[in-house]
Amino acid sequence: MPSFGAQKGATSESSSVFHLWQGFSIGAVVIGGFVVILFCYAILRFRRKGDNIPRQAQYHLPAEVAYTVIPILVVFGLFAATLVVENKEVANPKTDVTVNVNAFQWGWKFTYPGTHTSVVGQTTQTPTMVIPVNTNVHINLTSTDVIHGFYVKEFNFSRYALPGVLNQFTIEAVKTGTFFGQCTQLCGLYHSLMYFNVKVVTMPEYTAWLAKTSNAAASSAASTATNQQTNTGVPTKPAKSQGGN
Amino acid sequence: MTDVIDPPIELASDGHDEHHDVHHGPTGILKWMTTTDHKIIGLSYTVTSVIMLVIGGLFAEIIRAQLATPNGHLVSLAQYNELFTMHGSVMIYLFAGPFAFGGLANVIVPIQIGAPDMAFPRLNALSYWLYLTGAITMLLGFFTSGGAANFGWVAYAPLSNSLNTPGAGADLWIGGLLLTGFSAIFTGVNLTATIFYLRAPGMTMFRMPIFTWNMLVTAILILLAFPVLTAGLIMLYCDRHFGTHIFSTAGGGVPVLWQHIFWFWGHPEVYILALPFFGMATEIIAVFSKKPVFGYKSMVFATLSIGALSLGVWAHHMFTTGVVLLPFFSIMSLLIAVPTGIKIFNWIGTMWRGELWFSTAMLMALGFLFTFLIGGLTGVYLASPPLDFFTHDTYFVVAHFHSIVMALVLAGMGGLYYWGPKITGYMLNEKLGKAQFWLLFIGTQVFTLPQYILGLDGMPRRVALYIHNPQWKMLNDWSTFGAVLVGISTIIFVINVGYSWKKYPAGDNPWDAQTLEWFTTSPPPHHNFYRLPQIRSERPTWDYNHPEHKSLAHGAGTGVLHEPPLAATVVAVLEHGQEEDGPIAGATE
Repeated sequence: MPSFGAQKGATSESSSVFHLWQGFSIGAVVIGGFVVILFCYAILRFRRKGDNIPRQAQYHLPAEVAYTVIPILVVFGLFAATLVVENKEVANPKTDVTVNVNAFQWGWKFTYPGTHTSVVGQTTQTPTMVIPVNTNVHINLTSTDVIHGFYVKEFNFSRYALPGVLNQFTIEAVKTGTFFGQCTQLCGLYHSLMYFNVKVVTMPEYTAWLAKTSNAAASSAASTATNQQTNTGVPTKPAKSQGGN
Repeated sequence: MTDVIDPPIELASDGHDEHHDVHHGPTGILKWMTTTDHKIIGLSYTVTSVIMLVIGGLFAEIIRAQLATPNGHLVSLAQYNELFTMHGSVMIYLFAGPFAFGGLANVIVPIQIGAPDMAFPRLNALSYWLYLTGAITMLLGFFTSGGAANFGWVAYAPLSNSLNTPGAGADLWIGGLLLTGFSAIFTGVNLTATIFYLRAPGMTMFRMPIFTWNMLVTAILILLAFPVLTAGLIMLYCDRHFGTHIFSTAGGGVPVLWQHIFWFWGHPEVYILALPFFGMATEIIAVFSKKPVFGYKSMVFATLSIGALSLGVWAHHMFTTGVVLLPFFSIMSLLIAVPTGIKIFNWIGTMWRGELWFSTAMLMALGFLFTFLIGGLTGVYLASPPLDFFTHDTYFVVAHFHSIVMALVLAGMGGLYYWGPKITGYMLNEKLGKAQFWLLFIGTQVFTLPQYILGLDGMPRRVALYIHNPQWKMLNDWSTFGAVLVGISTIIFVINVGYSWKKYPAGDNPWDAQTLEWFTTSPPPHHNFYRLPQIRSERPTWDYNHPEHKSLAHGAGTGVLHEPPLAATVVAVLEHGQEEDGPIAGATE
């Protein structure tokens, strides 16, 4: 089946979305194609040939009923397919791995509850979120200041990071690799540069990485009272992070 | 057939018009500033909004030039944010709506229903001046030290509060929007009252042309939606200046509330923008197919259901917030495809077995139909939450709504070519018009179609740079090239207006059109009509000129007479008794 421009992506959810995309696209091509054929036929066949006045037909009840009822049926079909995929995407199954994702102007902070690991980077520093493959990963998405958009193309998924709201979703990566992510919701001056990476690794690699970074952060915190692990230095957060007076 | 041409009703125009004789009133700029004539106000609206189209288009060209390279340095990041904010704001708030309901509808609707003017002519003048003041206010932001508003045309809180966006540009944006919002509300009041109360004798609701029907629904949507925006803007202003925390978490406010308020206006607004242009395309396609609007009643039904549904779909702009009820807003949004589809099939039905005359206006309307089909089909994807999660805030969405709004621009240009002769008394040059059409139509596809692919490839909207994804350059360049074609088409339009200036007198009815406005002179006299034809259907001018070619119901004239007869005739009989010529059910050719 053609992909209609979309991709299967790197998660189990993204592949469901991809199949839904294909379904919608087939509907669009069939219905759109039918309309375009009628349209082109009308343009080519009924061009003016003289000063004749055509038959002034205004109604054709069976046709009108058909193009009312059939689209309603199609719509409910599309809605049913939508519900299946939607329920899968918004389900929050029990998970072993949780990542807290905090978006701020203009960067990302990934923390791993129960460890000392914390990855921060802003604008061109492009922080990397590491998650294990074939595991349900629970994401807690928050924002410090304005609304941001968490979007990874290979996940076929995006979600707003809202101030004052905890947004939760689960992803199950099925492919290892590094995937590019970017803020999609306008968040001010450096919106164009708010990048991050998602690195999907095997479970042993993930465990090793987490232990190493957590220990490093713990010892570093003990010695220098800073718990930043990757990327040089604590980002210089603008002082206007909270919207109060 | 033994049809008799009903004699037109002479109106007592001479004595009546004497009081308003233009030669006794002010002339020149004073006349323009003091007029309450809906035609002059409508023309002012049209000219002003086309100037806004050019300004918004210039912003678009700069945006596209910036995106022609992955690391463009044409404008700064700050300027880029201002440019796309003002591009969207100018096009939506200052061009598309005012062009339709302040411009063409203002001129055409009263004439289409046989009214001498709008119901409240002074309020109409106030609307225009509020609109002009609001437009200037909003654009003045560029002359403030902090620049114009830069939080996107949707002004999402808390980005739009005084901490994240200090400066007068944002306040001028709010002020300008408030003023144009009131202008829209007053025009909505005016159109509603005019359509309900000032219809000529015989012009029943189901004999109103589709354009008037669409404007009625538009006006009602304006009355329902715009006050919500006005309230929201006042709240936003209070948040910015009076220490309230309605939209900021710091004081216990809720940022998402702004999105609810904004889109509760914003989604009906989509149809406030679109319905007038649907109406224009409907009229044009019928006239240049030499046929009545196919499925007139289902067309009205479709417009009404689009209006009703549009009030219950606002949160489909907020699927990815994670705090809205997905299935409800999904099915409501999907259902809008049904009446929209009815309209598309009715347009094709109107063309079916017609005699298609490919004038510039008709080409524009057909270009509208095709472009709108693309935008409509891609809109169905976005009504499905999983597919919206996939494409939200990417160029796929940008491409989708630009297909829609460029379709509206095509229809609007068609409207200018079609009704321009009625308003001014002079035709536009058809050769230049056709050149404009092809550039506009092809340019639209060249600029939108690559954006769909870019969106699927993950390019977010509102970014000035794509340094990590230089592979997007080629498609962006195509898009920029298309935008340049669209820009050239606009220049050709302006040249055409200058070139055709008072060159081709139009006469009363150059298109053999059908509705009432084509019965009067071009341009119409001060109070629009010296005489009116008998109004027995939605196309009295056609009935008058072609009494032997009345609209036919399904099956009429083919020996099958069990279908309901022509709707307008039924209404006529119900209201006036058996005064039609000949037996109704047996109306044959």
